[in-house]
Amino acid sequence: MPTFNLKINKKSYSVEADMDTPLLWVLRDHVNLVGTKYGCGIGQCGACTIHVDGNAMRSCMLQVSQAQGMEITTIEGLSEDGDHPVQKAWLEHDVPQCGYCQAGQIMNAASLLKNNPNPSDDDIEAAMNGNICRCGTYVRIKQAIKTAAKL
Amino acid sequence: MTKIKTQYNRRSFIKISAAAGGGMLIGFSWLTGCTSDKKLKEKIAIPNEWYDLNGYIKIGDTGLVTIYSPNPEIGQNVKTSMPMIVAEELDVDWDNVVVEQGSLDEDAFKNPQFAGGSLSIKLSWDALRMAGATGRRMLLEAAAKEWGISVSDLAVSKGIIKEKNGDRTISYGDIASKAVGIEIPEEVELKDVKDFEIIGTSKKNVDGKKIATGEPLFGLDFQREGMKLAMIQHPPAFGMQVKDFNVDEIKAMPGVSDAFIIDTTIGDSSWSDEKGFNQLIAVVGDSTWQLMKAKKAIRANWEVVSDLESSETHQKSLEKALMSGKVKDIRKDGNPDEAFKKAVKIIERTYSSPFIPHNTLEPMNFFANVTEDSAELIGPTQTPKALEDSVSKLLTLPIEKITVDMTRIGGGFGRRLYVHFGVEAAAISKKIGKPVKLIYAREDDMTQGTYRPAYLSTYKAGLDENNNLIALSVRGAGLPEGPVFPNRFPAGTIDNYIAEKIAGETNVTTGAWRAPRSHFTAGAEQAFLDEVAEAAGKDPIDFRLELFDRAINNPVGEKHDYDAERYAGVLKLVKEKSNWGEKKPGVYRGVAAYYCHFSYVAEVVDLVMENGEPKVQKVWCAVDCGIVVNKDAAINMIQGGVVDGIGHAMYGQLTFDNGSPNEMNFDRYQLIRHSQAPKDIEVFFVENDIAPTGLGEPGLPPAVGALANALYQATGRRLSKQPFSRYMNVEDKQLIG
Repeated sequence: MPTFNLKINKKSYSVEADMDTPLLWVLRDHVNLVGTKYGCGIGQCGACTIHVDGNAMRSCMLQVSQAQGMEITTIEGLSEDGDHPVQKAWLEHDVPQCGYCQAGQIMNAASLLKNNPNPSDDDIEAAMNGNICRCGTYVRIKQAIKTAAKL
Repeated sequence: MTKIKTQYNRRSFIKISAAAGGGMLIGFSWLTGCTSDKKLKEKIAIPNEWYDLNGYIKIGDTGLVTIYSPNPEIGQNVKTSMPMIVAEELDVDWDNVVVEQGSLDEDAFKNPQFAGGSLSIKLSWDALRMAGATGRRMLLEAAAKEWGISVSDLAVSKGIIKEKNGDRTISYGDIASKAVGIEIPEEVELKDVKDFEIIGTSKKNVDGKKIATGEPLFGLDFQREGMKLAMIQHPPAFGMQVKDFNVDEIKAMPGVSDAFIIDTTIGDSSWSDEKGFNQLIAVVGDSTWQLMKAKKAIRANWEVVSDLESSETHQKSLEKALMSGKVKDIRKDGNPDEAFKKAVKIIERTYSSPFIPHNTLEPMNFFANVTEDSAELIGPTQTPKALEDSVSKLLTLPIEKITVDMTRIGGGFGRRLYVHFGVEAAAISKKIGKPVKLIYAREDDMTQGTYRPAYLSTYKAGLDENNNLIALSVRGAGLPEGPVFPNRFPAGTIDNYIAEKIAGETNVTTGAWRAPRSHFTAGAEQAFLDEVAEAAGKDPIDFRLELFDRAINNPVGEKHDYDAERYAGVLKLVKEKSNWGEKKPGVYRGVAAYYCHFSYVAEVVDLVMENGEPKVQKVWCAVDCGIVVNKDAAINMIQGGVVDGIGHAMYGQLTFDNGSPNEMNFDRYQLIRHSQAPKDIEVFFVENDIAPTGLGEPGLPPAVGALANALYQATGRRLSKQPFSRYMNVEDKQLIG
């Protein structure tokens, strides 16, 4: 099995995996960063959203062989102590119900705000439409993103 | 103050003490702090000694209090609200509380440990209050003994005991060691509702910080040293079973340590053993991705053992069942046949909805570690006791040799009331002799069954010359269970009434899906009443209130299953809050109300049409669920129910060809997304002192009816077939789903 050198949350990792392994499963099975969630495996639900070179990406759609040399950030590395404005806003609005999709929602929202610090409702809907919340916390997610924009 | 008999005995106390120490899992912390304030966390040191007061409460020598939450957490927020109830009666500062998920031990908790029927809080209200009050009493007795005075000379607030006529104070942390020896009181006093300080406030989700930072919480995140991973492959169609497969080829694949067929047939099975398939192909290894590739390489011989059904045959089965006259449950008041003959206006409509999967975002999974004489099970289950029973039967292992621990659960909706995935994990672990975590791929999850049943109901109403509703009939069939509740509203409000519940046949497995039957019946009935009100020339809210007046003043028949005053109460509240009657250009409104899981909810939906697509602008909800424990979380639950109801009524459908579901993942199966969700949902609670009732489910059913009624205002069409999005622009009303 080939070896891949990855930079995840500013740390270096060396992993052995099939070269077509989605980064999602490298994170979960190989380096024990399980905050990134599996929901569909086909880029439809957004539960596995991470940042690659600062942009939101579906980790189930990125092969480990393509991820070498890139700056990978997962929910565990979004902030030092859970104090990213989006995380703080999520706590303020007590967004989660089951909580399973929220890491992906937070990662996508953080990326949205980086590119668009004051998003309109339509901007939020367009940017977040790929992230499914089965519990239906959409109203709170939108409120939390607006709060985070002010933090 | 109410007095309540305690049900603890020495045995239950000892048992839970052992569990508290031994139940902690290595490498997976259950401990969850209620305060996110870092400074406060530093102020309350981690205790050196913990003292168990009863199954629920452990007090540390620093004053930190651990409260065990007994029931599965599926997103309904009981992991916060259950400990709030204990903390209320214990009189402890919520900031000093940490919460741990309790292991399965119904004997110790004096409480049924399941998440279903929106019953967690309703059924455990007394047990949780008793636990807190018992702990408080024991701590007070210990302090009284220490100071040589009587308990009646003491007062307590936020974990500090104070002498009423003196200066002495002592904290729970300081007296806890002495409370352990105190005899458990036979009777304790509960607080008056007016004295509640924690219940009725809004406390943040105790797992909130962990969720927002991606800490391991869910079953899928669980890891154990030396653990294997496993996946399953089930037959591609209902009506098929596995005969054999290319086992040698699969075992030779990279990363596959074993492959075999498991049989999880349980002779003496219960309802919770419902599952799509008894025999499954299992592949075992160390990497999920390699197992997924191995699954794709499986070439199996599948035998056809029963009919391979399609959506068309399902529709025919429902129509046949509806005509069959094989009624399972019935209510009849007056003489509906005669009344319909006298009616001046007859309104009739047939409603339907297809099979739909639960689609919890965390797919089914479970950890099992089965040895010769024990089984350890850890994962997401709504029914840990049922899982324990089934594993006991499958492995012929005594119950005492089995432990079940619950992880946080990435969505329930009824799906995890069924225990087969835990049983399958146990079967695989036994076969390989190692601990294993079983993971379903989304496709396995969506095509395995235990779906919401498909339904077909026909409603008929008769009005006299004065537009009075003189007769109503409902006849509803389901695959397999009919959706009709004969004694619910409108029973009791119409002189001539008949409700018939009819069962159909299918080999597709079905199960409880959030607000079973109510989600469909509320939509159908409330849309139908809207149509009847229109035919009678009455405002839809006034029309319903007239019916409730009848049920209050002069009810028809011997009984009905609802409190008409509370029902009318939520309608009046939503009427006021939504400014019902106000007209805004381009904004279309619909109303619905429903009673289920012992709670009453009325909703008004406002929508606009954009490019032929409905956009819900706002939903007002009025809720009577008795005492609200955690207000903001309760609002979250109702909001979620509204989104769920609208989402599935608009988009949810699983179609079949040759026994196979056509939709296998979220590319073809549509769940509601951000841009389709309501912009705003406002929730109002009726304030009363009634013990708490359901919250997880009752918010969903009325959303379906209110949406249908608003869509009628917007389009002029009565959408009676779900999913509405499929039929909105279709003129052929005979199209079937």
